[in-house]
Amino acid sequence: MHLAAHFPGVNSTTVWTDPRSRSQIEFSSFEHLARTAERGRFDFFFLAEGLRLREHRGRIHDLDVVGRPESITLLNALAAVTDRLGLAATVNATFNEPYELARRLATLDHLSGGRAAWNVVTSSDAFTGENFRRGGYLDRADRYTRAAEFVATARELWDSWSPDGSPSPFAHTGPHFDIAGEFTVPRSPQGHPVVIQAGDSDEGREFAASSADVIFTRHGTLDAGRAFYADTKRRLAKYGREPSELKIMPGVSYVLGDTAADAQERAAVIREQQVSPQNAILALEQIWGRDLSSYDPDGPLPEVDPDPGSDVVQGRVGVADPQAVAAKWRALSREKGLSIRQTVIETTGRQSFIGTPEAVAAELHEFVRADAADGFVLVPHLTPGGLDDFVDRVVPLLQERGVFRTEYSGPTLRSHLGLAEPVWKG
Amino acid sequence: MPVPRPLHLAAEIGGRPRYDAGHYTRLALLAERGNLDFITLDDSFARPGPDALAVLARVAPGTGRIGLVPAVTTTHTEPFHVSSAVATLDWVSRGRAGWRTAVSDTAAEAALFGRRDAAPHDELWHEAGEVADVAARLWDSWDDDAEIRDVATGRFIDRDRLHYTDFTGRTFSVRGPAIVPRPPQGHPVTVVDGTGAAARETAVRHADVVLVRAEDPVTARTCREEIRNRAAAHGRSPDQLRVLVSLPVELHTGADAVGLARLIADWYEQDAADGFHLIPADVERDLPLIVDGTVPVLQHHCLLRRFYPGATLREHLGLARPAGRYAARSPGGRHAPSAAGRYAQNPGGRP
Repeated sequence: MHLAAHFPGVNSTTVWTDPRSRSQIEFSSFEHLARTAERGRFDFFFLAEGLRLREHRGRIHDLDVVGRPESITLLNALAAVTDRLGLAATVNATFNEPYELARRLATLDHLSGGRAAWNVVTSSDAFTGENFRRGGYLDRADRYTRAAEFVATARELWDSWSPDGSPSPFAHTGPHFDIAGEFTVPRSPQGHPVVIQAGDSDEGREFAASSADVIFTRHGTLDAGRAFYADTKRRLAKYGREPSELKIMPGVSYVLGDTAADAQERAAVIREQQVSPQNAILALEQIWGRDLSSYDPDGPLPEVDPDPGSDVVQGRVGVADPQAVAAKWRALSREKGLSIRQTVIETTGRQSFIGTPEAVAAELHEFVRADAADGFVLVPHLTPGGLDDFVDRVVPLLQERGVFRTEYSGPTLRSHLGLAEPVWKG
Repeated sequence: MPVPRPLHLAAEIGGRPRYDAGHYTRLALLAERGNLDFITLDDSFARPGPDALAVLARVAPGTGRIGLVPAVTTTHTEPFHVSSAVATLDWVSRGRAGWRTAVSDTAAEAALFGRRDAAPHDELWHEAGEVADVAARLWDSWDDDAEIRDVATGRFIDRDRLHYTDFTGRTFSVRGPAIVPRPPQGHPVTVVDGTGAAARETAVRHADVVLVRAEDPVTARTCREEIRNRAAAHGRSPDQLRVLVSLPVELHTGADAVGLARLIADWYEQDAADGFHLIPADVERDLPLIVDGTVPVLQHHCLLRRFYPGATLREHLGLARPAGRYAARSPGGRHAPSAAGRYAQNPGGRP
């Protein structure tokens, strides 16, 4: 089993109102979570990215992800306070250029002794583009062709120095990039930093199958996980890859308790804190695309229909079919007699593992045993101490079961993930 | 013994490209042992070497006081990313970050990116100035007290204390606000090598520290005066500016190190500069001689301090922490009552 830790941003995952919640930006917070993950022998530490503060109803969204460091810079600093933990940065392939990013990632790999990873994401919105030179945006199809060419180009640059340390000039010509010259950084300890792909779409799965080492996903149930796993692993063969060459790691949350009932009770309290009355209305507005601030979060869902042409939410991927989602929410609300807030609590949130440490360990093991996942990216709800109890109480049980390492077997992230160093294609 | 007008000392730690973190950390700790204000690390897309900002971020947690100033180029990079990365260096070093603004002027560098052709120095430095300007605006785009964590209203930040930059320059525009909250120093320190005419124009407008080359103390003094006057003409306080002479050094013996100390003392006493930026010919040989030979002599003559009195690079340089420009402009009274309330709730204040 592979395990990673996500540093949570401020949103409906994090409970920043908890008295134990500390800074979202001070280095000490990141250091605490990273050291905890390393103490637990995790594969890697994972940072998300945001390139523009989100907006809601035309104003800065003060309840969503607000304020975070730049990932690669932060991970270089974390490399100084950890020894083995992999360091994964989410970096957008739409608003960066291959030469510069390949150089920054290769530098991180050198300075961390082979622990760098790049989570490739793309963006299609002009909203984010307003912060960048290229402005504009790419349509959905071009996002992935650019991302695929971006990764291929980065690999050409990483291969432009031979393993014995001699550089060769590179030249790449394609639809998105026409670049040539000499790369400034020798081949890094992992050959290529680990490439992670996030997303469940068809294009995303294909892109991951062709060129990623890890796919970061989300799926709600064991069955959905198994279907995703089978589909994604099946796609590898056409690229001449083995199923073991792509690790599938869903992002999950968890709540521990001394008894099953205790854990359920804690989980309910956490969900109440995550979905505050304000967050409940916001979640509703994100589906409905309308100003619903006059509605009572403890009252029934609105009778009005979603506005299909809405731009209420900026900077976040919208739901594909708001009418269908609204219909589903209404049905659920009617069936169970739920308020707006209760409906949001029921319908949002990621896959959660809730129970005693023994039960959580068993369930995580079951997901891996049943080919629903190769491991997990844990998303704690508290910053920065949200992983402490998992490392103290669940990791030892996974180790006893023999499904999780008790010591790192090698120095690099590739060695933790059981991935071979890429063959040099100089 | 107090020093009337402190002498500022900095050193470049680049040289033959190295890719192991230990090398750079050892040099930074050595410079810190010598109480230097800051180290610089040169960078360019045009020759072998690691990303300088990454290297100094890697060095930050292992050091305590030394200022960290990587070269950051502004020509083919994204101003928004540059601003975020420098602000993050300030967060991870707890207020010790600077950046030396640089440009990429060759066709070979342009070909690495394939987005634009090489351009003349005037244009590149004009753009570098715009990048420095927008970076500072982005650092100010969060008021220092924007994070309120107000449980009653469920608001983590006060959106009225966040500001759009809406900057449009010749080659880029940035809407803002920053994604990174205002860094510990308010503005990390902007360093510009003002040797060339185009670079100097950018330096007098935007730099906190200007590096100059000079063959003799009289030239250096003239240069410093010119820079201070031109900065004043742009409405800046010349006392919030430091002019350091960049001095290439090559030391082989302890006697050479003492000779360097004499030269520095001599120039300094002639008002040539606010300090010196030493560029060793061979950093692994020269830096230990500077720290163990030159620094003690300057300290003995009470020209150089024996410890860091402050924690941030701005404090080492005697530069004030800038107030956020948007916070200062916001209507008076809007913050006053709530600020008092916040202080009552959180008497320690946010660090």
